[in-house]
Amino acid sequence: MDSCFHSFQFIISGECDPVPLEEEKVTPPCGKVKQKEVLATPWHCNKERHTYFCSAALKKVKALPLYLIATILQKIRPTSAGLKYLAVCDSESSRLAAAASEGRVIGRLLCWEKGRYPQHSPASSSNPSVYPSVCPFFKTSFIWRDLVCFYRVKMASSFARILSSKRKVGILSLVGAGSLTVGFFLNREQHVNAGAHVRRIYPPSAEYPDLRKHNNCMASHLSPAVYAKLCNKTTPNGYTLDEAIQTGVDNPGHPFIKTVGMVAGDEESYEVFADLFNPVIKERHNGYDPCNMKHPTDLDSSKIRGGQFDEKYVLSSRVRTGRSIRGLSLPPACTRAERREVEKVVVDALAGLKGDLAGKYYSLTQMTEQEQQQLIDDHFLFDKPVSPLLTCAGMARDWPDARGIWHNNEKTFLVWINEEDHTRVISMEKGGNMRRVFERFCKGLQEVERLIQEKGWEFMWNERLGYILTCPSNLGTGLRAGVHVTLPRLSKDARFPKILDNLRLQKRGTGGVDTAAVGNTFDISNLDRLGQSEVQLVQTVIDGVNYLIECEKKLERGQDIKIPAPISQFK
Amino acid sequence: MNINQVDATMPFGNTHNQLKMNYTAEQEYPDLSKHNNHMAKVLTLEMYANLRDKQTPSGFTLDDVIQTGVDNPGHPFIMTVGCVAGDEETYEVFKDLLDPVIEDRHGGYKPTDKHKTDLNPDNLQGGDDLDPNYVLSSRVRTGRSIRGFCLPPHCSRGERRGIEGLSVEALGALDGDLKGKYYALKDMTEEEQQQLIDDHFLFDKPVSPLLLASGMARDWPDARGIWHNDNKTFLVWVNEEDHLRVISMQKGGNMKEVFTRFCTGLTKIEELFKEKGHEFMWNEHLGYVLTCPSNLGTGLRGGVHVKLPNLSKHEKFGEILKRLRLQKRGTGGVDTAAVGGVFDISNADRLGFSEVELVQMVVDGVKLLVDMEKCLEAGQSIDDLMPEQK
Repeated sequence: MDSCFHSFQFIISGECDPVPLEEEKVTPPCGKVKQKEVLATPWHCNKERHTYFCSAALKKVKALPLYLIATILQKIRPTSAGLKYLAVCDSESSRLAAAASEGRVIGRLLCWEKGRYPQHSPASSSNPSVYPSVCPFFKTSFIWRDLVCFYRVKMASSFARILSSKRKVGILSLVGAGSLTVGFFLNREQHVNAGAHVRRIYPPSAEYPDLRKHNNCMASHLSPAVYAKLCNKTTPNGYTLDEAIQTGVDNPGHPFIKTVGMVAGDEESYEVFADLFNPVIKERHNGYDPCNMKHPTDLDSSKIRGGQFDEKYVLSSRVRTGRSIRGLSLPPACTRAERREVEKVVVDALAGLKGDLAGKYYSLTQMTEQEQQQLIDDHFLFDKPVSPLLTCAGMARDWPDARGIWHNNEKTFLVWINEEDHTRVISMEKGGNMRRVFERFCKGLQEVERLIQEKGWEFMWNERLGYILTCPSNLGTGLRAGVHVTLPRLSKDARFPKILDNLRLQKRGTGGVDTAAVGNTFDISNLDRLGQSEVQLVQTVIDGVNYLIECEKKLERGQDIKIPAPISQFK
Repeated sequence: MNINQVDATMPFGNTHNQLKMNYTAEQEYPDLSKHNNHMAKVLTLEMYANLRDKQTPSGFTLDDVIQTGVDNPGHPFIMTVGCVAGDEETYEVFKDLLDPVIEDRHGGYKPTDKHKTDLNPDNLQGGDDLDPNYVLSSRVRTGRSIRGFCLPPHCSRGERRGIEGLSVEALGALDGDLKGKYYALKDMTEEEQQQLIDDHFLFDKPVSPLLLASGMARDWPDARGIWHNDNKTFLVWVNEEDHLRVISMQKGGNMKEVFTRFCTGLTKIEELFKEKGHEFMWNEHLGYVLTCPSNLGTGLRGGVHVKLPNLSKHEKFGEILKRLRLQKRGTGGVDTAAVGGVFDISNADRLGFSEVELVQMVVDGVKLLVDMEKCLEAGQSIDDLMPEQK
């Protein structure tokens, strides 16, 4: 028997329907336990406290996949009622605070280790948050360690009624940091009217798309084998592989850039279809491997050095990113009600912004003619997407329902709602004060996050992929920090592309992606999104643009310039 | 471990209906306040609530049916339908929505009415003598769907390829005047493509948002193609807006010949499908079942390109057409304007009249229009030629 012995205990509050289980004797298995064994291991139930004991020896406790936990939970709680929109987090997570205060914590998964910890006093049977310290089987002292906590993700009040209905499915979605992967179980009821005809089912080989003329990341990695493996899977919300890849099938390639060719319909897409998403992410993000790398998030703008550009060259500065609301599907898959929910959650939060961030929301369905004209003049208004890359993914459905634009009174902080992502957040101003732009950006984002957390919501985020957005190209930071900068001499120098490349910057025309430069003014921004933090990326842009300006000045004075050494990509 | 195993893959659309059921009908009901199409006129909140938990056996849901109507509030000139079918059963499962839409669109056709199918060209009287000085070309088109397969908004790639395979096989067995060749969109050579363009046969990926929003253009150009006979008088589109679109046409005014070839060809194709154990979607109430409710019944549009420079300027032109149960379009088809006084005149109805009856209306009506044009050319009045309402 392994000397490091772990066991697991579920403590579920009375919100779930109690299911009487027979008390069975436990025989702890030896050595490393495989999934089947864990599942087969009987659970001993203490009915009064809704506590379930199981002994399973595992070498690495943290490697217990969440889907396994979900399966176990399903086994011991087969009705699943009350487990709708259940989330799990690391017990040290601050996210637990809101949940606990609102009574939404419904359970914990604990594990204990034998022999290394001092003895604790026996727990009181009426308070499930104090853990027993005597293993009922081995009569030795243990310490309980909170592995994960289960809590209900906050939804609109109407859900309270829906949750009590027994027809609902059970979903387990991952919340928070940690190396736990997402798992889920689904208990689906069919509402099918029986028809005379049975739908013909085709094998994956007959359904595999013809990608011979395609040039996008999805097509590069979707082999027939991967397709066959994933085509019958769905996320808990019902999103399928075919839906995820439709945009890439319908759009074989872009003349200038290799497009991604797939989207996520919800947070779980990145897990369920990981066999395809991971290589696509790795290719798109220049080698970032989601399987074994972690993404750093850092929104502390005080760490920025410099950041005030020479305004003779830099005309404007801008930082943008996106955020998704956890628990709601993403634009390719969201229902009308979910989209309206996103609008409500975000608009409510934005209404709480104060000071220089105070502003106003303009719904696309309700704005007046004058408001529309003003937004056009300010270059704030976004239109229904026309790019087939977006429309084929289903993001433009039900336009303009639940879409809108929010901006602060000073017109330096702007939020788009339900365009390509739940939210797109933009901080900008004329001139070269990138530092102030980024400060406002971070402050605004953190304020919005605080405001939604007060109401029990949170952003989609995990350790592997950072902030979760619709398009894999925007994972991580989702951040594009850039300037409009005039570089008449440098732009004509043959070394310009190489300089940009080594500085890890990209150039676009001043109309944004897919436009050409006007005059000698370019949009210069960071190339990377994933694998570096926001602070790191913005610093890269600051240092890089300063270098470009120095080159321009040197060329003005008739001096020669040097191509800088390439900066490392993953810090 | 199997994360989730479903019995049938539903590749597109709002087919994850269970998620929507977590919200109330009010929360999911689309905002149709600025909409003007048949679907928007009929779909109340109550109807939405009653139908939204239903789906056809292949998984087509109410939201799939109406998505195109939600995304396209209205057309400036015509009242669009605003809903599509994903399979044959759609017309059953969602009859509460589709029956009133059909009634509205097809001139009062009731849920209890029966539709007559008549593809016997001998029943057509006349039609071989339309004046070729005025009638430049004659054409009859319809659509057919293969029973057991999902329709273009909903079909998977495998199904679409299955439809293509079956169709090419059946068409390959046609002989005589109908013998021809299939050109798959994704395999055709440059020369073939140019030839098809010159013949005005080639169809392109749909650009109309009405079609795109329903999902018909997915996976383009996979399993799409054009078949035509060597004489270039009989043409079949595979997997465009319907499984099959069948077109018979020729220059000049011999509508009888066009219609005869049309009927012969269709009947032969149907026989060939039946030999392989397949049939077309058809029932007594709705006739031939197609993707758009506007094409139910015969799915037939029989028409001519006819020169009517004087008549078209006459104040009663619209009224005349209405009485004759005809409609006008530009020579580029729907949504185009007339060029040089040449109009596309065709039957306005699809359902509730048989194929022979509709083509008869076209033949008789166009004959009258040409007579009226000649009168106006000669400076005479056409008042005593005004027809009764058909």
